[in-house]
Amino acid sequence: MKSSAPVAPSPATVTPELLATHGITADEYRRIQDALGRTPSLTELGIYSVMWSEHCSYKSSKVHLKRLPTRSKLVVQGPGENAGIIDVGDGWACAFKIESHNHPSYIEPYQGAATGVGGILRDIFTMGARPLAVMDSLRFGPLTADKDTPEELVHKNHSVVEGVVHGIAGYGNCFGVPNLGGETKFEPCYSGNPLVNAFALGLVRRDEIFYAKATGIGNPVIYVGARTGRDGIHGATMASEEFKEGSEQKRPNVQVGDPFMEKLLLEACLEAMQTGAVVGIQDMGAAGLTCSTCEMGARGGVGLEVELDHVPQRETGMSAYEIMLSESQERMLLVAEKGREHEILRVFDKWGLEGVIVGTVIPEPRLRIFQHGELVADIPNQSLTDDAPLYHRPVGTWSRPEQIKVPLDPPPHILEELKKPRDYTADLKKLLASPNICSKRWVYEQYDSMVQTNTVQGPGGEAGVMRIKGTNRGLAMALAGNGRWCYLDPKLGAMHAVAEAARKVACTGATPVAATNCLNFGNPEKPEIMAQLSAAIDGIAEACTALGTPITGGNVSLYNETKGEGIYPTPVVGVVGIIEDVTKAVPADFQREGDYVVLLNADVSKDPIVRTEGEKQKLLTAKATRFIREFGSSELSHAILSDLWGDPPSLYLQSQTQLLRVLTLLAREGKLRSARCISDGGLAVALAEASFANGIGARVGLLSHLGLTPGTSAFAESSCQVLTSCGPDQFESMRELAGESGIWAQIIGDTIAARLRIDVSGATVIDSSIRELRAEWSTALEAQLAAEVTA
Amino acid sequence: MKFGVLVFPGSNCDHDTQHVLAEIAQQPAVFLWHDSPDLQGCDAILVPGGFAYGDYLRTGAIARFSPVMQSVKKFAADGGLVLGICNGFQILCEAGLLPGALLRNAGLQYICKQVYLRAETTDSPFTHNLDRGQVLKMPIGHMEGNYFCDESTLAELKKADRVAFRYVSAEGEATREANPNGSLDNIAGILNESRNVLGMMPHPDRSSEALLGSSDGFKIFASLVEALAHRS
Repeated sequence: MKSSAPVAPSPATVTPELLATHGITADEYRRIQDALGRTPSLTELGIYSVMWSEHCSYKSSKVHLKRLPTRSKLVVQGPGENAGIIDVGDGWACAFKIESHNHPSYIEPYQGAATGVGGILRDIFTMGARPLAVMDSLRFGPLTADKDTPEELVHKNHSVVEGVVHGIAGYGNCFGVPNLGGETKFEPCYSGNPLVNAFALGLVRRDEIFYAKATGIGNPVIYVGARTGRDGIHGATMASEEFKEGSEQKRPNVQVGDPFMEKLLLEACLEAMQTGAVVGIQDMGAAGLTCSTCEMGARGGVGLEVELDHVPQRETGMSAYEIMLSESQERMLLVAEKGREHEILRVFDKWGLEGVIVGTVIPEPRLRIFQHGELVADIPNQSLTDDAPLYHRPVGTWSRPEQIKVPLDPPPHILEELKKPRDYTADLKKLLASPNICSKRWVYEQYDSMVQTNTVQGPGGEAGVMRIKGTNRGLAMALAGNGRWCYLDPKLGAMHAVAEAARKVACTGATPVAATNCLNFGNPEKPEIMAQLSAAIDGIAEACTALGTPITGGNVSLYNETKGEGIYPTPVVGVVGIIEDVTKAVPADFQREGDYVVLLNADVSKDPIVRTEGEKQKLLTAKATRFIREFGSSELSHAILSDLWGDPPSLYLQSQTQLLRVLTLLAREGKLRSARCISDGGLAVALAEASFANGIGARVGLLSHLGLTPGTSAFAESSCQVLTSCGPDQFESMRELAGESGIWAQIIGDTIAARLRIDVSGATVIDSSIRELRAEWSTALEAQLAAEVTA
Repeated sequence: MKFGVLVFPGSNCDHDTQHVLAEIAQQPAVFLWHDSPDLQGCDAILVPGGFAYGDYLRTGAIARFSPVMQSVKKFAADGGLVLGICNGFQILCEAGLLPGALLRNAGLQYICKQVYLRAETTDSPFTHNLDRGQVLKMPIGHMEGNYFCDESTLAELKKADRVAFRYVSAEGEATREANPNGSLDNIAGILNESRNVLGMMPHPDRSSEALLGSSDGFKIFASLVEALAHRS
């Protein structure tokens, strides 16, 4: 390798077609010429195209992401590294992040989802953290035909669901990280654009964190892990485009995962870090060798020089372009302390992995790539990273009547329908069997949720709860995101995502302390999509600030469109919380007969109402109108009435903060026997779900909501209530503790054996055995998936 | 008394097993690397769960050839105590230390959940602390846990009281519904002829602390510790 007076790489023949296939605009090409002071080589053009892709550069979203709160006294590392890190006490820190793998998962569901898990795991252990848990937020098209979903789409959706779940299972199980579930939802808008958002969290000693930064001129650069092949070339660019006819032909752009290799890489990397000879480390994910080399150099203010002939290759005759752009999985790049590289290489050899010195750290802040001794790329790092294009894309103003064709008020025939006497027990059964609410057991039983023996609360509850071995502490984590609500009101919908994830975490008794987000949206070149994105970021910023959960990292996935049809704007938020005494973690299910069933109500009377767009149009909106409008976005309207109108439920951030605080306090004092959010399907579904695990039901009495019939009131989705149970002797002290923080604890009934009965305003609206309700709920998903096989 | 936990590339319950021995049972427990035939004077060997060699080719098919397994075979032949859990059971079958094989689950999918087991024999160093017919709550987590053997082997296993555990309902009935993976005769764990080698698919390592949902699995470790104490 020669770093002195290199001859400039040979220029490419740049044509408009060449630029188009690289997704580079004419203006961007001029910037490349300016940065280099010459015509780029083909390899250089490829490098720019991936680094400046939406996926790697965040060029459309970056100006908006700056509005997110990212700091608190617990945040050790905010956005910009491989993962965010927070201090969790007793000398421990946790690294966590959520990332999308949407596009690959549609084209090749098994490998797309598997490598999504692999990618997020590497982001965690590259920081020195051992992955403790993963979760996933999944969105698919419907599994049964409806007016938007013809049979052939149903068929495709089935194969996507099965492929994605098998892929997540196949990778995570072999790697040996417990999967705590997450959420799985179905809507027609995800038929051509499934969402696969993978969350991972790992533990690292506070003083043993590693960063993706190259330093020390002359230090060797070491390549470890799998060999480089031709898979995944331009994966990042593919993820930055809409799907058109023939996108399936991009299948070779999807990488193939090898979880066994990743497991070896994990053990070897953590062991190598213990030698003290690792200076910096970054995984090769999107944009592979390109991204890791220029980003590590840029962060350290130095350059990296690499000879590609040393890079282990899976096949012969690979060009520099292919090697630099390959997204082969399970690879890492390390910078070692000069003279101690053998200590690192010895560890990789022990684990049977290839470790090769491929280059050195140089003083010039440039990325210099040689192949066969010839310079093939020579690029200033900054031009690829910090100086990548930043677009202030036109942002339309989000305004309800223009952007969506959903009425504010229910159509007359629905109002008529609602006035008729209904069999609400039948409605509840139907709702429990509906795709969004039914048990996701078929999904999560395929995941190893217990390996590493830390799982205190696994899938199926409110949040995942993990203990930290050697301490009394635990961590709780949950994902949330409601695309339908964000479609009706992106800002309010996004705020709900934060609040719901935080509420789930608080239900276990943990204090929510930090968050990560994955922003799934359509084509940012459309002003109305940018309006959604911008409003959603505003909502996340406001809610995260109010609830004290700064965003420490995440990912933006744009261009989630097929043939011009976008998905619902779907921000997914992951919240992490700390429990000081994990033995006090509160379960989500009723535990004993004869307990009080207690609603915790936030006092919203003094709270400024977050007005929805819809509400702004009428200055004085009666409470009754608001309830019926909020009901229009509920799961009952969606799954039973097959209609959509109105707004998402109102959200009151001040009282929400109090509600979270009270949940943590009551758990710490040991007052709660169970706690569960009231979300999809309202109180009726929450009561049923709380009954299933132990076969202990409840007998409750409620008051009707204004504007809703007694029956429908039981299905209203309220963000300011939490369903709990407590021992009768605990209630008085619980009521006092809650009252001191402005939360009203209200007994609505008691737990009983094997039955659920709900009275509203004196009339019994729901009455059923738990066994019957559970039968509908527990088998619905399997039945829908199996239906196709016999058809 | 010293326990050895084997570590193959791809083992992922090695630390879980070692944790129970060292932290809950409070016994010395070391890791034994697959590449070395040295069992370091251990008094009992645990073959942990995971995906040894990625489960490539067939579960346990590559692991059986590793240097450490050659020593484990000799150790077992000399009467040493060997417990294989999950992937460890698969490896012991492949290595010929236990009869039969573990096929892919009848449902063709990986299954992770709590199940119930019935202790079928107390005549072994691993189960002497249990009561015959005692029901234990323990999780499974596997893709290939469908135990199979030929008719004469099954007859021999039954006759010699070598079926250690069966999958049962919470009430202790060995029903079809209680069988999660299609195992022959609901078999969840078996002993070798000399009763010093036990292989089982469910995870006692994941059910040794009440905080994690069940501590029933610890009874097996406790039996093992007691048996070793008597031997020395």
